[in-house]
Amino acid sequence: MRDAIIEIRDLWFSFNSIPVLKEVNLTVRRGDFIALLGPNGGGKTTLLKLMLGLLRPDRGSIKIFNEPAGKSTHRIGYMPQHLHFNQSFPISVLDVVLMGKLRPGKGWSRYSPKDKIAAQKAMEQMEMWEFRNRRVGELSGGQQQRVFIARALVDEPEVLFLDEPTASVDTKHQTDLFDILKELNKTVTIIVVSHDVGIVSSHVKSVACVNQQVFYHDDAEITQEMLEMAYQCCPVDLVAHGMPHRVLQEHEDSE
Amino acid sequence: MLEALQFEFMRNALMAGLLTSVACGVIGTFVVVNRIVFLSGGIAHAAYGGIGLAFFFGLPFVVGTLGFALLVAMVMAVVTLKARHRSDTIIGVLWAIGMALGVILLDLSPGYNVDLMSFLFGSILAVPTADLWLMLVLNILILLTVGYFYNDFLALSYDEDFAKLRGVRVKLLYFVLLAMVALSVVMIIRIVGLILVIALLTIPPYIAEKHSGSLRAMMFISFLLSCLFTMVGLWVSYVFNLTSGATIIMVAGVCFFISLFFELLGSRRPFSKWS
Repeated sequence: MRDAIIEIRDLWFSFNSIPVLKEVNLTVRRGDFIALLGPNGGGKTTLLKLMLGLLRPDRGSIKIFNEPAGKSTHRIGYMPQHLHFNQSFPISVLDVVLMGKLRPGKGWSRYSPKDKIAAQKAMEQMEMWEFRNRRVGELSGGQQQRVFIARALVDEPEVLFLDEPTASVDTKHQTDLFDILKELNKTVTIIVVSHDVGIVSSHVKSVACVNQQVFYHDDAEITQEMLEMAYQCCPVDLVAHGMPHRVLQEHEDSE
Repeated sequence: MLEALQFEFMRNALMAGLLTSVACGVIGTFVVVNRIVFLSGGIAHAAYGGIGLAFFFGLPFVVGTLGFALLVAMVMAVVTLKARHRSDTIIGVLWAIGMALGVILLDLSPGYNVDLMSFLFGSILAVPTADLWLMLVLNILILLTVGYFYNDFLALSYDEDFAKLRGVRVKLLYFVLLAMVALSVVMIIRIVGLILVIALLTIPPYIAEKHSGSLRAMMFISFLLSCLFTMVGLWVSYVFNLTSGATIIMVAGVCFFISLFFELLGSRRPFSKWS
């Protein structure tokens, strides 16, 4: 049995007395590739932030690498939802990626040459090295994503958390992105928050449906029952807005 | 104009403009990118309470204004952290109460004759040399703090969650930032007055933002622009015998519109939605 990296036991969280997450129990093992699916407001991002130690639970415990969430954060990579980012902020791709190597308390010392080499490696991995001096706000949605992933990877984390990485990105880039993640998953445990059922199910290994409560499914097959539980609406409506994943798979195979 | 430089008050005015520009450049940049313009305005207006306190209790002017401004800044910091959704209203309330407090305390101070106009519209032409030294000290403090925590402030301003994850003390730095805003605001009020303080704090960075590749560059360009506005404004006010604070802001405003104009020209099809 692969070792458990994240252990969540009996987690409860509310915001302004409104319950957001109830009685959550979840174990993430090394090498997992888990998608957190669920409706907006269901608690996916909140659960992610609790795992990162950015929020404190009301009840229950979260442990990462056997320590309370919020410690060992240098073993964690994080790609936040970037919809709220200030697009006119003066910052270059290189500076954003270097932020992934930020260690407070260094004071006057800037980033070391080792940091810069790591940043270059991460950018080359994401094919963004040629854009290193460009303002991030000038790049397309897909390019910005790759910058933020590079930032999440630059410190060589053992676990990678991504929050809605495919929001505001076109279909082709979505598939590209998840192909990259699948490749990364060989060495990195990955947890992805998404609302996009179709893309997720053809790449991830397991799914957790989050809607105040969490239902874990050890495989990536999205069943009708899961969708109903998670979204409380007709699954056909939900999947039909895009193409059901089975159709996509067949197209690729028949080429 | 050169004959004006014979006068000490004129030389001090130029020096004051230069020194304040450092604060405008550095702190103004943070105010603009962090969208805390309203909060900064609140600190500025509430600072008037400090003047009232100073005169009522016989404290040195600087201690009263700076001290009270810092106090207000800390209160605002706590409020905006704990009650984010109410912070707008509370800033507005503190803004008004601070001002009202100042007015009432001044009413109650016996035999006092403060020049309200100079607080509201600036008194750059009446800056004593002692104040210049104070501005220098404040600037050095600001530059050292921002220099030391530059990467932390950058991360905090761009992506607070990520900064927190990397271990940046976001709450502490937020307090430090607001404290620096309080110091800057008190300095700038001297130049252009309370009414116009926000303009000098925000117009240079706003123009600089588009032309900067980094936060550092934005700060430097804002500093240069602020110097330019102050120098040109002083010169124009001297030649035409106008209120200097207002003239400085007018120069800034004109440049703002020129910059906006070029921005519209530069973008490929600014009115493409209409066609």
